[in-house]
Amino acid sequence: MSERQRGDRPVLAVEDLTVTIGTRRGPARAVAGVDWSVRAGETLALVGESGSGKSMSVLAATGLAPRSARVTGRVHLLGTELTGLPAERRRRMRGRHVGFVFQDPMTSLNPVLTVGRQVIEAAEEHLGLTRRAARARAVELLDLVGIPSAAERVDAYPHQFSGGMRQRVVIAMALACEPDLLIADEPTTALDVTTQAQIVELVADLQRRLGTAVVWITHDLGVVAGIADTVAVMYAGRILEQGPVDAVFADPSHPYTAALLAARPDPAAGGGDLVTIQGAPPSPLDLPAGCAFWPRCPVRGDARCEHELPPLAPVSADHHVRTFYPHQPDGGSR
Amino acid sequence: MSPQPEPAEVVAALDDLTVWFPTPAGVVRAVDGVSLQVRRGETLGLVGESGSGKSTTGLALLRLVDPTSGSVWVAGQEVTRWSRRRLRALRRRVAMVFQDPQASLDPRCTIGASIAEPLIVHRLTDGGAARRRRVEELLDLVGLRRDLADRHPHELSGGQRQRVGIARALAGEPDLIVLDEPIASLDLSVQAQIMNLLRGLQRELGLTYLFIAHDLAAVEHMSDRLAVMYLGRIVESGTPAQIWREPAHPYTAALLSAVPVADPRVERQRRRIILTGDIPSPVDPPDGCRFRTRCPQARPECAGTDPVLVEVDGEHRAACLFAGEAVRAMRAP
Repeated sequence: MSERQRGDRPVLAVEDLTVTIGTRRGPARAVAGVDWSVRAGETLALVGESGSGKSMSVLAATGLAPRSARVTGRVHLLGTELTGLPAERRRRMRGRHVGFVFQDPMTSLNPVLTVGRQVIEAAEEHLGLTRRAARARAVELLDLVGIPSAAERVDAYPHQFSGGMRQRVVIAMALACEPDLLIADEPTTALDVTTQAQIVELVADLQRRLGTAVVWITHDLGVVAGIADTVAVMYAGRILEQGPVDAVFADPSHPYTAALLAARPDPAAGGGDLVTIQGAPPSPLDLPAGCAFWPRCPVRGDARCEHELPPLAPVSADHHVRTFYPHQPDGGSR
Repeated sequence: MSPQPEPAEVVAALDDLTVWFPTPAGVVRAVDGVSLQVRRGETLGLVGESGSGKSTTGLALLRLVDPTSGSVWVAGQEVTRWSRRRLRALRRRVAMVFQDPQASLDPRCTIGASIAEPLIVHRLTDGGAARRRRVEELLDLVGLRRDLADRHPHELSGGQRQRVGIARALAGEPDLIVLDEPIASLDLSVQAQIMNLLRGLQRELGLTYLFIAHDLAAVEHMSDRLAVMYLGRIVESGTPAQIWREPAHPYTAALLSAVPVADPRVERQRRRIILTGDIPSPVDPPDGCRFRTRCPQARPECAGTDPVLVEVDGEHRAACLFAGEAVRAMRAP
């Protein structure tokens, strides 16, 4: 089935994306000059804490940002520039080529329609299938995502499913149009860990079979380690570190990435005090002038960090980091 | 676990506790025969997935839910049927920290007033000046600036609000603090701060915790002993090292294998035990062993016998007819 192998041309490419949201208390810069891309068969993980801009960058790239948002930059979906397109054409491009899975499956499901109806609707609109063919396709998809006795469950309502099974239904809906790209925004955050393992396994398996590109948004570094090919660590609307998952985890070069990895309790390491990052992430209404992480940074550099924005610079071929003082594995800096 | 708690050492105990809730769909057996003891100065970790009954078990220790049968003991006294008036005294001895500090603080009250509330309710300070001093002392303890006393909850970060929740719990100098998912709604960089704070306070003040969470790595890190719950029962208990290195119950082994590790090389080589299906309804739990419907090692005997916790190695206990053996079979290549 996998005619879409990993290609060189990105499925989705985002360049210099900036999102500013008008609020009662002034403009909030949610995303500032973000670049990333994802190829067929590849998984890009966007990692960050709440307010880091990880979700907003993806919503804005696919034209789903709130009305109050001002979006600039360039977004290419399968080579087509999306930002200049009329809303209706952009909606059709998105519907045909992009599937979405969000944290709470009930935000994607209509409680008064059967799950089959909802899976069918997507297929009917974007693939032009007949009613009967669409129903058969719905059963096939529910079966594909591991819903037992799919032929009978197709007529059940969302409330008759558990949280994990609802998320499977949403994944079936997302796959109905055989999308080139799957956007998964914290799809397992609300699920139990054994259910999370099932969903992660399911998406990885579907990706192998269908060659889908996946953008997976999460705050869980363990999930990232399991699913990602490349990772972008976001903080206060910017990417602080970006690269192949092995390089970033084995050799985190930004003090923030290094601290995040060290802040998780490690059952193998025993019970000493955890490494912490002081304070809390900044408000998007009131961002520091230079490096946004500077006020919390364990390295804390100098006046340059406070006043000047470090560029996203290479530490190796594909591995980039936005800091004047890259973290050294021996614990020191510079 | 012995039914009679020893007053000297055991701060709180549950003995064969059941908590059933009548619902239109039938009787939900949220907690269905749980015995445990929390010893002075320790952290007992309680882990389980949603529907395991871990939170209800915590609520029962404060008598915030009524036991259907079994008994609840705090500081050597049986409190199972204490009257509402006496419960006020109980809730000074056992305090609780909730998951969502936003929801557990009154948005109209200043932080100072929120922290002072338990001091007033339990008549712990003499007069306004003494109360203000105690509030400042509590703010110091949890690492908050004293001037935050005049702020309202919405002006604080999530981590700061959770510190306020902890200060309120400390106010009555309780024998036991029940921590119900205290870090689950916090950002990653803030979770470590709160875990270090809780451990520091425990060392400094000799506190006793029941730490309830679904995050296994966090529970393992925080606990001296832990208990794993599934569908209203404790299925395994022991030290974190015993359980982490050599889980004896197939459910624990599956749970541990599902926890993602932040190392791509480890993740690629891991063999996961993926459970099939969902946790059964607590209205109608399977007969025999409750885990048998999802257990990769279920055998015919499992339908006929409801296994009890038996010793595996010292304090390490598991409720499985094939404890140890089943897990070895699951992990074999």
